Amino acid sequence: MTMVCHRPEGLEQLEAQTNFTKRELQVLYRGFKNECPSGVVNEETFKQIYAQFFPHGDASMYAHYLFHAFDTTQTGSVKFEDFVTALSILLRGTVHEKLRWTFNLYDINKDGYINKEEMMDIVKAIYDMMGKYTYPVLKEDTPRQHVDIFFQKMDKNKDGIVTLDEFLESCQEDDNIMRSLQLFQNVM
Amino acid sequence: MAAGVATWLPFARAAAVGWLPLAQQPLPPAPGVKASRGDEVLVVNVSGRRFETWKNTLDRYPDTLLGSSEKEFFYDADSGEYFFDRDPDMFRHVLNFYRTGRLHCPRQECIQAFDEELAFYGLVPELVGDCCLEEYRDRKKENAERLAEDEEAEQAGDGPTLPAGSSLRQRLWRAFENPHTSTAALVFYYVTGFFIAVSVIANVVETIPCRGPTRQPPREQPCGDRFPLAFFCMDTACVLIFTGEYLLRLFAAPSRCRFLRSVMSLIDVVAILPYYIGLFMPKNEDVSGAFVTLRVFRVFRIFKFSRHSQGLRILGYTLKSCASELGFLLFSLTMAIIIFATVMFYAEKGTNKTNFTSIPAAFWYTIVTMTTLGYGDMVPSTIAGKIFGSICSLSGVLVIALPVPVIVSNFSRIYHQNQRADKRRAQQKVRLARIRLAKSGTTNAFLQYKQNGSLEDSGGGEEQALCVRNRSAFEQQHHHLLHCLEKTTCHEFTDELTFSEALGAVSLGSRTSRSTSVCSQPVGAGSLLSSCCPRRAKRRAIRLANSTASVSRGSMQELDTLAGLRRSPAPQSRSSLNAKPHDSLDLTCDSRDFVAAIISIPTPPANTPDESQPSSPGGGGGGGASSTLRNSSLGTPCLLPETVKISSL
Repeated sequence: MTMVCHRPEGLEQLEAQTNFTKRELQVLYRGFKNECPSGVVNEETFKQIYAQFFPHGDASMYAHYLFHAFDTTQTGSVKFEDFVTALSILLRGTVHEKLRWTFNLYDINKDGYINKEEMMDIVKAIYDMMGKYTYPVLKEDTPRQHVDIFFQKMDKNKDGIVTLDEFLESCQEDDNIMRSLQLFQNVM
Repeated sequence: MAAGVATWLPFARAAAVGWLPLAQQPLPPAPGVKASRGDEVLVVNVSGRRFETWKNTLDRYPDTLLGSSEKEFFYDADSGEYFFDRDPDMFRHVLNFYRTGRLHCPRQECIQAFDEELAFYGLVPELVGDCCLEEYRDRKKENAERLAEDEEAEQAGDGPTLPAGSSLRQRLWRAFENPHTSTAALVFYYVTGFFIAVSVIANVVETIPCRGPTRQPPREQPCGDRFPLAFFCMDTACVLIFTGEYLLRLFAAPSRCRFLRSVMSLIDVVAILPYYIGLFMPKNEDVSGAFVTLRVFRVFRIFKFSRHSQGLRILGYTLKSCASELGFLLFSLTMAIIIFATVMFYAEKGTNKTNFTSIPAAFWYTIVTMTTLGYGDMVPSTIAGKIFGSICSLSGVLVIALPVPVIVSNFSRIYHQNQRADKRRAQQKVRLARIRLAKSGTTNAFLQYKQNGSLEDSGGGEEQALCVRNRSAFEQQHHHLLHCLEKTTCHEFTDELTFSEALGAVSLGSRTSRSTSVCSQPVGAGSLLSSCCPRRAKRRAIRLANSTASVSRGSMQELDTLAGLRRSPAPQSRSSLNAKPHDSLDLTCDSRDFVAAIISIPTPPANTPDESQPSSPGGGGGGGASSTLRNSSLGTPCLLPETVKISSL
């Protein structure tokens, strides 16, 4: 088994490409390198890491979707650049960028549209993270109901598909979402 | 939680942006984290040797000395470093643990010293990495055994440590088990040993032919027949002593059943029984044959020596533990014997006047040949027989000589391995249990966090400081993340008990099912988010009106998670036909520490004036509840309706 070792591009380049300062990038990289000395994260490791935050339930499916959202080049491994680019969008990006990233997450097959099946998969994965012991008790059709609500809200022309524009528009109309987007400003 | 996970928390939290469009409720605000000063290098001075590391590295494990605020106690402001007056060599391993996440055990250091360092720095020994774990355990076990042996020797040595109030029985038992404790016991020990020896020698001498004093009839008789009375007296005396000893032991034994079943007592019984049987048996010619057979059992008295000899006991134990190897040896020998006996029989069949009359008769030849004894009473005469006979003796050497050392080494290996395997299995269970505990610890941490009601966006204040356990920034952020997930899915994390009760309530067709569906009622985009899960406040309504038996257990659980109730909006449906109390605690005060108290849900008079009071069993639980009430009155004046009743368990 060869050790794939990946070195990221220079610090200046990353600083230019993302919204992080040099110091922040240094801290991020030190942590990243410590966890993954080879410089890349593969899906298995990613799933394990994510599962540690959600000990109640099964976070593997959601981690899978998340991994593919991070892995923009679809290479099967997340490098530090991908990691930091996504973090930059999520933490320091504009509303537009964040919503676009979220759309990309939901769009599992990356065809530019979200249909009900994709949404069902995502919602089911999220509910899986809750685990078995929840209050109120999780019913079989709770995810489906959740997806229906979502589609009612997002799908403007009721064609069963949510496009990026519909998504952006609906989200910007919703105050709660707008407010919540500011939540994670100071995560770093 | 594992170490480097702390590094990934910011990213996991950032990824929570993906839940936002799905969330049907507003997400809770993020915890206010103090402005981090960025990463800095800390200097740790351990007895003069300076170690420098990033602050983040130490923060990875917030529940250790270096990772928590406990290290501030060791901060030396003049030099700006943390000073520890401990062993610097050991500290290197501790610090490496923070860096790599694995704790290695130094080979050349004393394991006790290492343990002490771990204890000082707040690291549990379970953190020792897999590479060093086995060695660590072995060395620790050795140490522990040595210490235990010393202790045992000490204990066995001292006599007068018997509790004063011990009965005669206990003292007697102790005297039997440890003859060194008192002089009387020692005397008894030697006397019985002497009599065992006498009895065995008598049995032996009995059979020696001795000449009578008178020459006429010059026939030789065994001494037993010559001096029957003397031998009889000696036998009687020995048996009396043995019987007395056995009865005394039986009386003194703490567990008589166990004593009766133990090997030693069986040996005792077998040793003395033939005498009594012989006493009561009539001197018939028919049964005297059987009687003679019984006398053989008298030789078992020699096994009574095993009480006196540690080595004999160990041998017995080792044979027992090596039984399977011995069994295999026996089996392979039997196979070989049968094969060769058959061959020899058919080879020698033709000869007349041959000794090999049948295959079983040939067994004797095979055994004698294979064990290289070669008595010569049975010898093959044909050529084929001789050829096979020589093959038999050659293979005998192999078959016998090989397994014996294997058995010896096997026994030694199996013995040690068994000890280690059992210990590892037991430790594995403990280890798994601890991991499970740690895992449930994180989940419980979150549930407990909810109990403390810190989820309520209160304005802080001194109460908060009083009630809320001090949590690290990592925990705060992690709990915020879990809370976001709850809000997104409109469900909450609970523990198993509440969940199973909720299941039961659901199966009874209670309103829980309705409450989940409320989430999906399309009441309109605007009010959707606010009206989602209003029933959360009514969640515990169901069970309190149940039978007292389930209430006592159930209410404990529910009230545990009572805290953090929101002020519920006006209840949307009035289908409270079964008079289930509306438990929206409209407490404006912030104290949420109802954790242990059992308080029945009061009905806030404002909201539902016509709902009946919960029929709570009155009485008890006063202590816990009163203290809680006291707490609640600490802060802002609470709207505790006068209908608070204290339900007992």
